[in-house]
Amino acid sequence: MGLLDTITYREMAKQHRPWPRAIVGDDGWRQAIERLADGRATLLGLWCDKTCVHMALLGERFDDIAVLSFDCKGGSYPSVGARHPPAIRLERAIRDLFGLEATSAPDTRSWLDLGAWDVRAPLGARRPAKTATPYAFLPAEGEGLHQIAVGPVHAGIIEPGHFRFTANGEHVVRLEQRLGYAHKGIESLMAFASLEHAGKLAARTSGDSTVAYSIAFARAVEAALQVTPSKRAVYLRALMAELERIANHFGDIGAICNDASFAIMHAQCGILRERILRAADACFGHRLMMDVVVPGGVISDIAADGPMQVRALLAEIRRTFPRLIELYDNTASLQDRTVTTGIVTADLARQFGAGGYVGRASGRGFDARRTPGYAPYGVLAFEVPVLSAGDVNARVWIRIREIEQSLSLIDQILSALPRGAIKAAVAGNGEVCEGLALAEAFRGDVLAWVRIDGEGSVARCHMRDASWFQWPLLEAAIEGNIVADFPLCNKSFNCSYSGHDL
Amino acid sequence: MRKTLFESLTHGPLTEPAPQPDEADLAELAASVSRAARARLGRSLSIRHVDAGSCNGCELEIHALSNAFYDLERLGLRFVASPRHADVLMVTGPVTKNMREALLRTYNATPDPKWVIAIGACAVDGGIFAGSYAIEGGVKDVLPVDLTILGCPPSPTELLKGLVALLGHVSKKPNIP
Repeated sequence: MGLLDTITYREMAKQHRPWPRAIVGDDGWRQAIERLADGRATLLGLWCDKTCVHMALLGERFDDIAVLSFDCKGGSYPSVGARHPPAIRLERAIRDLFGLEATSAPDTRSWLDLGAWDVRAPLGARRPAKTATPYAFLPAEGEGLHQIAVGPVHAGIIEPGHFRFTANGEHVVRLEQRLGYAHKGIESLMAFASLEHAGKLAARTSGDSTVAYSIAFARAVEAALQVTPSKRAVYLRALMAELERIANHFGDIGAICNDASFAIMHAQCGILRERILRAADACFGHRLMMDVVVPGGVISDIAADGPMQVRALLAEIRRTFPRLIELYDNTASLQDRTVTTGIVTADLARQFGAGGYVGRASGRGFDARRTPGYAPYGVLAFEVPVLSAGDVNARVWIRIREIEQSLSLIDQILSALPRGAIKAAVAGNGEVCEGLALAEAFRGDVLAWVRIDGEGSVARCHMRDASWFQWPLLEAAIEGNIVADFPLCNKSFNCSYSGHDL
Repeated sequence: MRKTLFESLTHGPLTEPAPQPDEADLAELAASVSRAARARLGRSLSIRHVDAGSCNGCELEIHALSNAFYDLERLGLRFVASPRHADVLMVTGPVTKNMREALLRTYNATPDPKWVIAIGACAVDGGIFAGSYAIEGGVKDVLPVDLTILGCPPSPTELLKGLVALLGHVSKKPNIP
């Protein structure tokens, strides 16, 4: 049964691909909310476009996607967050950026607007800013509680964000995040931008996932304009995506161990990460492979000796990594810190639709490469590792297993790398058209939605990072843990601040 | 662990890795930094990083400075956890309006003499984010900047080169005791 079968809609958007977009009224919108609240669909995204709110839903088997659009006459829409908490922060962001109100929303505090902009609702009515009022953190009451305020400037080389802990002695009673410090207004910059410029902005939404973002953006544009990139291009994209994935996973595994003061893992993983970035540089001319993936394909081919360099890299990783896995697994002092620390329950992971290792360490086996799937992953063999413990240790093990899978994927890609062109022509087709795409970044699924005008410029683009649905789970995971374990928990999530704040 | 440690002992440091075009520069950088740093700052320059709204690409490369290949600390340069311990503020990002105050407070918490390095294309003038309602438009619009290091993101080698340039600048600054 399709997602839209149980939802009343008025009409279908004509040029929305590859999944349908239905225009709904109050009844259809509420049916979708009930479906989310009952757990029969996952919220993939909630965003805005002038006075219209769009909700992307993912079906129970992960293979069906639909977008619902609700026109906010009178500047409001029925709150999704009131029945389905994962939507709360998205609704707060919509209110800050577009000025649209979610009726009977459970939390009406600002989210991205910290009171420093010259305008309110910069993407909507653009009203003059009001004087900033102090932010009311959620209360935690009880004997012997104290608060610890951390950030937005942190002690390490970390992105900006504020964490407000309420603790009883060493134990965290409540963590509340306050984000938005990295908000750059990317969505406003993307409006009316050329595809090339918008693509560069997409690539800089979260630098650690630049390849995944570029793939998501490119695929959304290609869906809208009905362009099919060449086989060689999609293989090269996948090669870059897997290199990016393992580079980040190595960085994370090392950093998690470092937060337990186990420096040798950090040093050894850092070496492997550096080797990957150097190989990426040798292959594609940029250590993070920024701006190589573009709508239509890729902008530059792999260097002539690239495949050889990558094969040498794989050999080196296969030689040293098993030893590091063993070291991680056999070091009791390290296990003491990671096992049973920061547990995310399977119910929460499912409810929030947590992607990446956060979801997969808590029993949610969603991987956008598998379902709904995209080229070339359909013809490549790989497993999606899933664990159920939901602790820091499980999130480390998911990364370890994913590195192994990615190594195999890279092998397969190099062996089957097709010949041919690397870029198809991309141009406006005289009509307004829309596209939606998911791409699996190392931390989870990135959603890209784009509307392109007849001339081939971006009219509106929305990118949703996996972090939107992972950050709230970090608040839940740390509860009852000691303050000193927060860095471990935080690093095991490694949510993006920039990708979230946009 | 024994095997890994033993291999590290017998294989020699990675800081002299396989020949690459940049390796010669790197060795040269290492020598000149330690001379200048020794002369001016008793072999140490403490760096406090502030992310003023970057995409986190610069952070990845700043992190890389501490890996075995670049080993920043051998040059007498190290990252510190508080601006109160810092000589240098290393600022990334286009300075979002939401981060302006935090950046200013961090600067004010850093004792004199102090230097500011703007890292990456968007820290120079807002880069690709210039013109947004949400950004200030570069570090220089908020703080006096002593040095900019270009790149999107700058590679660790470019960052090291920039730090050497800063040491040269530091030696000219009149307020050095």
